[in-house]
Amino acid sequence: MIEDQSSFTKRSRGSSLEGSIVKYIFLACASLSILTTLAILLTLSYQAYEFFKEISIIEFLTGTRWTPILKPRSYGVLPLVSGTLLVTVIAAMVAIPIGLSTAIFLSEYAPDWLRRIIKPILEVLAGIPTVVYGYFALTFVTPLLQVFLPDLIIFNALSAGIVMGVMIIPMVSSLSEDAMISVPRSLREGAYALGATRYEVSLRIVVPAALSGIIAAFIIAISRAIGETMLVTIAAGATPKMTFDPTESIQTMTAYIVQLALGEAPVGSLEYNTIFAVALVLFALTLLMNLLGFWIVTRFREEY
Amino acid sequence: MSSNSHNSINPNRRSRVIIGNIVYVLFLLSGVVGIVGLIVLIIDVLTGGLPWMSWHFIFDYPSRKPAEAGLFSALMGTVWLMFMTALITVPIGVCAAIYLEEYAPRNLLTRIIEINVANLAGVPSIVYGLLGLSLFVYYIGTSDQFLGRSVLAGAMTLSLLVLPIVILASREAIRAVPNSYREGAYAMGADQWQVIKGVVLPSAIPGILTGTILAMSRAIGEAAPVIAISALVYLTFIPSHPMDRFTVLPIQIYNWVSRPQDEFRGLAAAGIIVMLVLLLSMNAIAVFLRNKYQKRSEE
Repeated sequence: MIEDQSSFTKRSRGSSLEGSIVKYIFLACASLSILTTLAILLTLSYQAYEFFKEISIIEFLTGTRWTPILKPRSYGVLPLVSGTLLVTVIAAMVAIPIGLSTAIFLSEYAPDWLRRIIKPILEVLAGIPTVVYGYFALTFVTPLLQVFLPDLIIFNALSAGIVMGVMIIPMVSSLSEDAMISVPRSLREGAYALGATRYEVSLRIVVPAALSGIIAAFIIAISRAIGETMLVTIAAGATPKMTFDPTESIQTMTAYIVQLALGEAPVGSLEYNTIFAVALVLFALTLLMNLLGFWIVTRFREEY
Repeated sequence: MSSNSHNSINPNRRSRVIIGNIVYVLFLLSGVVGIVGLIVLIIDVLTGGLPWMSWHFIFDYPSRKPAEAGLFSALMGTVWLMFMTALITVPIGVCAAIYLEEYAPRNLLTRIIEINVANLAGVPSIVYGLLGLSLFVYYIGTSDQFLGRSVLAGAMTLSLLVLPIVILASREAIRAVPNSYREGAYAMGADQWQVIKGVVLPSAIPGILTGTILAMSRAIGEAAPVIAISALVYLTFIPSHPMDRFTVLPIQIYNWVSRPQDEFRGLAAAGIIVMLVLLLSMNAIAVFLRNKYQKRSEE
């Protein structure tokens, strides 16, 4: 008995040294995420700095022609930004109304059995690789749109935007639904007691009460659309253009990065550095959106 | 009488009910859009790809002639990439989760780490690709013999991408271990590390495994960051060691889909079928593990 106990204390003393060592290993692993963020910031800024040594930052941010590979070379990033925004706006026009209605339907109307069918299907939709959506836009949606718009070219912002909208519906709906479910029952019951109908309760009580969460859902989904790559690379084209005509072929920031990365641009060349300058703009844009979403959630959250 | 007085309070009750019904139908239709989209997408892929499906398609290498082309190099590249990514991600992700759940004091550092993990999940995947390209391929990787555009460089890049997912899943699994288990072990005189090693981790492993499989199934479909690392899309060999060059399914599919000929579109669809089957089986395993584990903990 005594022997047992002493062996136990010995073991526990021995492993407390081991324990304090592993604690620091764990801390190191957790800190790796901070290192990753720093590494992203440093590599993007360093390579972009190399780029801005040759091209002025003002020309880059205000120029309206992006022809870094073709002569005469021009390094205005605005066509890529406008291409990205065009596709994103189309996607948002599809995903926000449909995603929000889906969320209202799931949280306020749907019986339990229907929720249990729709939610997993939306999860599957969210898990499909984006290359597949690109194939879908190119081989199904574009030909379908050409029935209505005979002049539509094969690679266009409209088709890519619509499919991207479908792609981010699950994100809008599940995040908004989470926000609506956390609205307390008593608010709904109060409105019903006053004679409100179900849609009045949904639109005038639940949605306003969950508004911060819903707007955050929109922002996070839009930020996802801005960073989406393969879908637009496949379906939206490779012609950087300052246009807001959705039937035209455009190029997004992400599609440009892929186009150049595929070509194995020589390290240190100006072309190689352009992708980091573009990526820095992309990173800044999505980071701003994410921070905005985070801020809205924490700042405007209604506490019940 | 009562209905009369009700009407006088709400003179337009009828119209409100009608509007309510219209809105209901609209909401219902929206809920169905996702389902219809998924069904149409699957039909589109199946009709395009099934004629091209065959054993030779799975076990042959890519070719310029559509009839002879296969995706074996891409399939094996994906398998290599998955296993190596899991090998790197799981230990780091689980350790980070243990720290955040079991050790982390409520201080500034912990809060920064948590916000940071959440923010990393929102960084576009192509940005990770560029990080990997400049850090692993060109900065650490000095030549084709070491790192370079290798499977290992790809796996390290993807690990950074899926790490937040693995950390979140592992944290949930660790949090789900009842506190009474920990207290029981402490009461027996165990120290914190013994509690974690002997009690918390064994109970959390099924949850961690499920989360890891789901994270890997996300990684399978990622093309953008891998394109930045591997670049080359035409390979007629499979990787034989971690420093070999590689290609993966989504890149091969992208390569085919971006060619104008219809035959290659068909190959792309067949490739998508293979990738989706792989994805679905991994998800099925994850669901199976989750169910089995839930049943056991209820007993």
